[in-house]
Amino acid sequence: MKLTEIIGRRLLIGVATLLFVSVLVFVGTEILPGDVAYAILGRGATPELLQQVRDRLGLDEPLVVRYFVWLTATLSGDLGTSLANGTDISTEIARRGSNTLILALSTAVVAVPLAVALGLLAATRPGGAVDRVISGASLALISFPDFLVAVALVSIFAVQLGWLPAIASIRPSYDLFDWIRVLILPVLALVFTILAHMVRMTRSAVLNVLSSPAIEMAILKGVPRRRLLMRHALPNAIGPIINVIALNLAYIVSGVVVIETLFNFPGLGRYMVEAVTNRDVPIVQACAMIFCSVYVLLNLAADILAVIANPRVRYPK
Amino acid sequence: MKSDRPEPLLAVRGLTVAARDKRGRETVIVDDVSFDVAPGAVIALIGESGSGKTTISLGCMGYARPGCHITGGSVMLQGQSVLDQPLPALQRLRGKDITYVAQSAAASFNGAMRIDDQVIEIPVITGAMTRAEALERARGLYAALGLPDPDTIGRRYPHQVSGGQLQRLMAAMAMISDPRLLILDEPTTALDVTTQIEVLHAFKTLIRDNRTAAIYVTHDLSLVAQVADHILVLRDGRMVEHGPTEQIIAAPRAPYTRALMDAAHVMPEEIASPRIAAVPEAPLLQVRGVTAGYGRDREIIALRDIDLSIGHGQTVGVIGESGSGKTTLGRIISGLMAPVSGEVLLDGRPLAARVAQRARGDLKQVQFAFQMADVALNPRQRIGKILGRPMRFYRGLGQAESDREVARLLERVELPTAFAQRFPPELSGGQRQRVNLARALAAEPRLIICDEITSALDTIVAQQILDLLASLQKDLNLSYMFITHDIATVARIADRIAVMRLGRIVQQGPVDQVLTPPCHEYTRLLLNSVPEMRTDWLDQAVHERRRLVAALDGTPEAKR
Amino acid sequence: MTARAAGWRWQLREAARDLTPGVALALAFLVAVAVVGLLAPWIAPYGEGQILTNESFEPPSAALWLGSDYLGRDVLSRLIYGVRVTLFLALVITFLSFLAGVTLGFLSAAHGGRTDMAMSRLNDAMLSFPALMLALIVINSLGSSFPVLICTIAFIDMTRVFRVARALASDIMVMDYVEAAVVRGEGKAWIIWHEVLPNALTPLAAEFGIRFTYAILFISALSFLGLGVQPPQSDLGVMVKENMQALLYGAYTTLYPALGIAAIAVSMNVFVDWLLQRSSAKLPDEI
Repeated sequence: MKLTEIIGRRLLIGVATLLFVSVLVFVGTEILPGDVAYAILGRGATPELLQQVRDRLGLDEPLVVRYFVWLTATLSGDLGTSLANGTDISTEIARRGSNTLILALSTAVVAVPLAVALGLLAATRPGGAVDRVISGASLALISFPDFLVAVALVSIFAVQLGWLPAIASIRPSYDLFDWIRVLILPVLALVFTILAHMVRMTRSAVLNVLSSPAIEMAILKGVPRRRLLMRHALPNAIGPIINVIALNLAYIVSGVVVIETLFNFPGLGRYMVEAVTNRDVPIVQACAMIFCSVYVLLNLAADILAVIANPRVRYPK
Repeated sequence: MKSDRPEPLLAVRGLTVAARDKRGRETVIVDDVSFDVAPGAVIALIGESGSGKTTISLGCMGYARPGCHITGGSVMLQGQSVLDQPLPALQRLRGKDITYVAQSAAASFNGAMRIDDQVIEIPVITGAMTRAEALERARGLYAALGLPDPDTIGRRYPHQVSGGQLQRLMAAMAMISDPRLLILDEPTTALDVTTQIEVLHAFKTLIRDNRTAAIYVTHDLSLVAQVADHILVLRDGRMVEHGPTEQIIAAPRAPYTRALMDAAHVMPEEIASPRIAAVPEAPLLQVRGVTAGYGRDREIIALRDIDLSIGHGQTVGVIGESGSGKTTLGRIISGLMAPVSGEVLLDGRPLAARVAQRARGDLKQVQFAFQMADVALNPRQRIGKILGRPMRFYRGLGQAESDREVARLLERVELPTAFAQRFPPELSGGQRQRVNLARALAAEPRLIICDEITSALDTIVAQQILDLLASLQKDLNLSYMFITHDIATVARIADRIAVMRLGRIVQQGPVDQVLTPPCHEYTRLLLNSVPEMRTDWLDQAVHERRRLVAALDGTPEAKR
Repeated sequence: MTARAAGWRWQLREAARDLTPGVALALAFLVAVAVVGLLAPWIAPYGEGQILTNESFEPPSAALWLGSDYLGRDVLSRLIYGVRVTLFLALVITFLSFLAGVTLGFLSAAHGGRTDMAMSRLNDAMLSFPALMLALIVINSLGSSFPVLICTIAFIDMTRVFRVARALASDIMVMDYVEAAVVRGEGKAWIIWHEVLPNALTPLAAEFGIRFTYAILFISALSFLGLGVQPPQSDLGVMVKENMQALLYGAYTTLYPALGIAAIAVSMNVFVDWLLQRSSAKLPDEI
């Protein structure tokens, strides 16, 4: 199969998955108990008012019709308005989304190189002192839930030492320095939650390659150690490592929900948690779609990169 | 050491290697091995699996695999102790003085690097040659090794060339620094028989022309007679016999060497005429006009218009190389795969295409014995269950009855009855193959399809399995369909032979007729590839092979 | 003694000989925690909700070994009951997710072809839903209760178990010994039960440990977000949340349940790593 053909197929599968996810999000949020109209009107609801709201929102239309109305609107960028306060969801998401993006990107920039380096370091001498320390620490770290790590960080750096703010609210007047001060703790907490997994998976991916006959051959050829790792092991481990990175970046999506809530950070995660508590269905749908799409797209990107990294596909017989 | 001998290039003295298991217990896997390699000489290390031959050859490079370590002895390369070198010196030595050709080139080449870059890597990074010089030398070697397109083949990635070519490219990689000693570790074992001699010949020429000393590691005595000056026979990590090739072949002293000689894959001097029934009878199984294919629409044709019949108590050998369709034919007969067209008849009645549609009574008659006993037996089932299940399934035996039958069956295949309580991983390779065969017997079938059941076994063990097959056939009037790539084995045990190539049967008939001239070019090519124990055989065989290959390229089945 | 029993005892003895001190310690800790959870009402010095003092975050004393919590209850007793709830939930959730996930995963792999493809794609799509998000939506609309928590998390976990079980079974289905059973004419059920399951048992046991840990962490996270176990009942996650202010007063009350969660998880992970290493079994990559 040709490279373009393979990538085309993956893209198609990605689109299909996204469509399926949209159905899940829509049906999941719509059929769960809890009348949206009632949620809007609260205690002041009378049967007439309820009916009015239902008509306005088209709630009496069949589910399929409502789904397609919602899908076309969503695809054209119209995410609707909040049921709770009537604000435009798209504007709000643009604002909070960029905050979350900054948080997630900062995490990725710190975590990915660090994790790959540590994983490589551990894998170069399996069973050695460095490996034992790294493996032991990462085994301990994956056993701590993310909120615990965050709590521990806050109690040390914010409460005990008072160096950094415990709350990460953002003001428009913030300059770069303020941003960094505010972001350090949440980013650190997120880094810790994905670092351990990434290190462990990188280590095992590299070890897998290092135990292959090709590496033994390179040793027997007298290839120096550094070159052995960089030129022989790494190119073959790239595919699996890309996968590891994508999986863990996708995991940040879940991580931000907890971390943003904990630090009161005005991002998408907290926006969604608040909307869930308020039964603000359009916001929940919009946020869920965004999170799921990021998740799907990251995995898709990893898939395609892994295909491209494979010389068997790049240079067919 | 006698004084009239030249100073050895490599002197191995008392080499001992131990392996450590997970619990830290040590087992000696190479025990006190000593030998010399004279400049320009070729020594063969011969032994079955577990004899330590690869471990010794790696030890000569100062390398032990993870979990193993060299515990004693010395390796001297022209007075320089290999085992005492610090790592950087060892790396220089491995790249320049002693080089290695691995068993499976397909696995040992780095899949993410172009072949040229791997071949010239060491001289270029050590500064011994410029890139251009190295490339030029590499191309010269490619040409000397008889590779096609020597100027461009190195620009490809390893997956883009065939196994036989890769093996030769690996030899070029080993030869590029003009090493003093070349180690070849089973370099032709993974190849098809007809490719094997071509590669072997290329190696032989290369070693001879460059006057390189070599250690040739193999399990195949008949192959080694072609290349080696000296032979060292190993068993369980110890030396059994050591001497010049002519002496070992003509007058082996150790009983073990004699046993190896007897089991070697050579053609029998005389091919026995098949046993023919006095009265012509209807065949037990018939394959009629079968065509089969793989792929989504079964568009990749694996078999074309196959006709074959197997008589009662007969052994039919089906031989061919990888890709000939011989295994597919076995799968069609057993119902694991449905044909596109054609049918399989048992006692003249057509069988349903797939296992699921066949009656249990029909399934019972035709049993399948797999090639690799270690993956064909469930590692988590006791031997008693593995053998008892077919008895209950086909013959409706109860627990007590099947236990008794299992004991009887184990005795029949010459295994202790206590094995019923064991798990397959606790058995040796030969014992597992006996269990594998016993499972087929447990159904009390009339036909057993044996798919390469001796190929993965050491020669002596394989011979024992063949003897067992013969004795079972005599006692039970069994029929065998014996699928193999090894024409020498088939010549000894088969009544009839079908030669397959590229999905077709190119020739079939009674064994003596098929294998005596005049025969099909392809049959001749296979016959020509069976090593003979004379030292001038290889050159003749290669010459003949080239003529036959040219003739075969014009045959109809080659034009797909 | 039957031969079969002898085989099991032999295997257990072999396993015991391979134990390293660290793994033995982890195992002993897990057993101890299980016993404490099981016998909570008999071990705990005080009742779960019993208010013993007016003082919040009292330091440890002879009467209250780990001090009091924000309402003046005995931290040790609440810890013991918390462990009981956490372990109970995690165990039921993991058990259910395995029952469903392994059954479906094995069936999918054994069936192969289009069915397998369809089931895997469906599962992949569900996997692309961030777990916490799904839990938030469902639990919030249905209201948090034990059955809702259990079913929701078990369902989420099932998709993960399915993936692992299917991958394991697919690898086994292509082995020659399975083909030997197929060519004999055995049915799918027999093949799954007698050929596939025994060979998948060790990696599945390891996966059970991983999912069990995951369930504990997940419930704790939900409790921490206020969607998990509801008062007056409490698990370790709730205890972390409700005693957070202790840190402001310089007390360590909130750290005990936090360390409890981590210690259980670490021990389980140590054990799982050992199990996988010993059997050289491999799990498909997971997160």
